[in-house]
Amino acid sequence: MNHLPQAWGRPRDDVYGAYSNSFLQTSGPTTHTQSPIVTGTSVIAVKFKDGVVIAADNLASYGSLARFTDVKRLRKFNTRAVVGFGGDVSDMQYLDRLLSSLDIRENYAEESPDAQLHAKNLHTYLSKVMYKRRSDFNPLWNHLLVAGLDGENKPFLASADLLGTTFSSPTLATGFGAHLAQPILRRTVPDEATVASVTKEQAVELVKESMKVLFYRDARSMDKYSIAVITKEGVELKENEKLENQSWAFAEGIRGYGTQVN
Amino acid sequence: MTSIGTGYDLSNSVFSPDGRNFQVEYAVKAVENGGTAIGIRCKDGVVLALEKIISSKLLKAGANKRISTVDRNIGVVSSGLLPDGRHFASRARDEAAQWRRTYKAPIPTSALANHMGSYVQMYTLYSSVRPFGITAIVGGWDPEIELPVDGQVGSGPATGSGGKKEGAKHGGPFLYMIEPSGLYWGYYGAATGKGRQSAKSELEKLDLAAGNLTLEEGVKEAARIIYAAHEDSKDKDFELEMTWVSSLDGPTKGRHQEVPKELLEEAERLAKKALEGDDDDDDEKMED
Repeated sequence: MNHLPQAWGRPRDDVYGAYSNSFLQTSGPTTHTQSPIVTGTSVIAVKFKDGVVIAADNLASYGSLARFTDVKRLRKFNTRAVVGFGGDVSDMQYLDRLLSSLDIRENYAEESPDAQLHAKNLHTYLSKVMYKRRSDFNPLWNHLLVAGLDGENKPFLASADLLGTTFSSPTLATGFGAHLAQPILRRTVPDEATVASVTKEQAVELVKESMKVLFYRDARSMDKYSIAVITKEGVELKENEKLENQSWAFAEGIRGYGTQVN
Repeated sequence: MTSIGTGYDLSNSVFSPDGRNFQVEYAVKAVENGGTAIGIRCKDGVVLALEKIISSKLLKAGANKRISTVDRNIGVVSSGLLPDGRHFASRARDEAAQWRRTYKAPIPTSALANHMGSYVQMYTLYSSVRPFGITAIVGGWDPEIELPVDGQVGSGPATGSGGKKEGAKHGGPFLYMIEPSGLYWGYYGAATGKGRQSAKSELEKLDLAAGNLTLEEGVKEAARIIYAAHEDSKDKDFELEMTWVSSLDGPTKGRHQEVPKELLEEAERLAKKALEGDDDDDDEKMED
């Protein structure tokens, strides 16, 4: 017996042989990659007859602190693909650089516009990156929406998340938006068949209304946002939009918390 | 080549008593037989042009490009052994990508030329390798504005400290030529390959140091010079391959690209006309 704390309550060496100290390590597996730090909230997108509309606000939060207010979370890949990032911002920056290097490699030889990577290719690539990283126990803490046109220049919209799960639907939303915006989007575009009857103006209006609802109810959101419309004509990306016609009158009617007495 | 047979030319990295490395000199000989390649540094961009000798009638016209894009804003053309040129371009791409991984920004043309110069020079040092049988011309446009760092998503604080110097000048057109010894210089106009002598004398006439030549004029001059240089190996067919890189507000938006078909054809037409004009002059002289 000795006085060292690690020997307390353990079998005696002279009776049972030396105790394996490998069980006394203070270090565990790497965990710092397994939770997000600076985060972006929802990304929402909807298909319409000629393309896709996608939007995300310009806020990056540090926990509940609104830390960065000019963060562009939509990234144009080329003339027919845009990626929207929810989740960890540094992982988004890594993916941004990964996509830059992919773009450089793909364009060493000049190709016709039709031979360029399209949104479907890009989604396949990104989902494989996400799945590889989660299988390494080192996930990229993002939920991505890939919006644009596929190989036949038809509207394409799909998501990939930090587990490598993929999903496709005529309307998609990540994060809080999956709960708050998705039902609103589905009211106008319930299924793939309806997409053909939705105009660009309708889709943009729908996305703007949804962004407004998200700002009303998501405490990690902001009224400045980016919106992109992807059609055969290319990508129309606006990165400094402001939510218009806000009305907080509904707040008066909310009861059950806050400072009101009854 | 009086020292041939003295034994000092058998191994790379061995000097002869009078201080020469024969393997490197032989590599230069390989370059001197290659199709002519030139680069012109204009005031608003760089042009690279190549006389691509057609070695077989069975090759598809316009295929098998020989001028390579290294990063978005940099191109490389080489003269000499084709596979060596391919490897050079491949290595240059790796260097550019590695620079981006380290610094999150595109590699400056000068830095690429420096790295590639060092790389080529290493192949003169060991007996287990041979020197590059190429002379490469590297042309690029370094962005004149301060680019955001790769992956940057915001612009940072609008007020407060910054420390950026107002009115500092960045970037511009750059042109370098790297030889088999690893030697490289920056040039206003560079030429290598079989027709380099006549190409160089034509380039000298352009007074490129004055910085008056525009990119579009440069394209036309480049085509003319390649056509003129081809007079040295007239019995062979050739294709003119030409790329350019302009400023961010120029025709290529700071990217290294092939010269558009219309402009290329126009430049070739003018080049042929200039050649015929020369012939006419000769004829007239003969008549006199």
